[in-house]
Amino acid sequence: MDKSEIKGFIAKRCAKELKNGDVVNLGIGLPTMIPRYLPEGVELVIHAELGIVGAGANPKEGDANYMPYHVTDAGGAPASVAFDGSFADSASNFGLIRGGHVDACFLGALEVDMEGNLANWIIPGKKMPGMGGAMDLCTGAKKCIVCMEHTAKGNPKIFEKCRLPLTAARCVNKIITEMCVLEVTDKGLMMTEINPEFTVEDVKAATACPVLVADDLKSMI
Amino acid sequence: MAKKPVITAKEAAAMIPEGATIMCGGFLACGQARAIVKELVASGKGGFTLIANDMARAVGPMGEEFYGIAELIHNNQVKRVIATHVGMTPEVGEKHTAGDLEVFLLPQGTLAECIRADGAGLGGVLTPTGVDTLVEDSPFCLGKQNINGKDYLLMAPIHADVALLGTYKCDESGNCWYKGTMRNFNTVMATAADLVIAETEYVVPVGEIEPENVHTPGICVDYIVEGEKK
Repeated sequence: MDKSEIKGFIAKRCAKELKNGDVVNLGIGLPTMIPRYLPEGVELVIHAELGIVGAGANPKEGDANYMPYHVTDAGGAPASVAFDGSFADSASNFGLIRGGHVDACFLGALEVDMEGNLANWIIPGKKMPGMGGAMDLCTGAKKCIVCMEHTAKGNPKIFEKCRLPLTAARCVNKIITEMCVLEVTDKGLMMTEINPEFTVEDVKAATACPVLVADDLKSMI
Repeated sequence: MAKKPVITAKEAAAMIPEGATIMCGGFLACGQARAIVKELVASGKGGFTLIANDMARAVGPMGEEFYGIAELIHNNQVKRVIATHVGMTPEVGEKHTAGDLEVFLLPQGTLAECIRADGAGLGGVLTPTGVDTLVEDSPFCLGKQNINGKDYLLMAPIHADVALLGTYKCDESGNCWYKGTMRNFNTVMATAADLVIAETEYVVPVGEIEPENVHTPGICVDYIVEGEKK
């Protein structure tokens, strides 16, 4: 698989996590591809950091709902609200996040570990981004699902213990990569599904912590 | 309710002293008092502490050069930033690395709630966000508490000398209404500063915004500035 195929493969698997009516927050990059792969009959309520509960598609210039000065997303791009959605101020909107009213958040990671710790907001000494809403989302969403390529330039991203500053501790429920699906359990990471292109040994070699294998290991496809 | 004075953006900027702590509503400058900010830039005053979600954008939606408070950063008029995300304005990181700008980062929900706490007369906020992260080292974190078996950080209220609101409609009594995603931090900031100036696209007669639809009550607003219609 090339890069874009890998991303599509991961997004497609992520889409299977969702059921009709789920309230979800999608991080930048790969997670925004998830809605393309939703099974028929599954509609999501997209929660956006900027204060949209029930976001619509990103409008283009010329569309009736194109309002680049008044309705934007967390990247500054023109956004829209669904016909049955609403707007909220930041305090209320993050109250919804921390209060457990968001069913799932999907986001990428720089590092994730076997305890479910997540690091995805800063590499000390490199450019300064800021955590934005990521810490609240990982802490408050009912499910936190990391979706990412299993390794970065061949180097592992899944460790016994994250080395980078954490976004949130013990927050990740599931890790979905092009190689496998890992569930965070009390005993460590449990592989429940594998991409048949890889062997269990391949996964273990690409992961810098022990990987438990479920008795009923399934195919990702 | 008494009518609130409608002043120019330049008059508003003149009320803000050198070195002031300024809350700026807006998320990447959507819902930001951009006309007042332009006048602050022109005033040349500096030493400001800016409290905002982010430091806006170097380029506006239609290619405008500078969009919101990014220009204050660019002009070295800011000494300290309290924000949640500054990745869209690389100058913040560059000036911080060079030792010319202090930067304090807080989670977005925490910043909103610390401001809300100040405006609501609360002594702090207990939030699970940031436990076991660098937020614990923030000067705004006053400690950790365990409540019913779960850890929370105690975060300090945040107050400012001035709050600049970016609204869509403001009536003559100062009642504000925000379009779309303009509301963001504006509603909490309106309650947490000594001087509150609402910039608006449209100054409207009282009654045009139905009382049920007022987002910021007029009692919070001291002055109104008519900004650019978009």
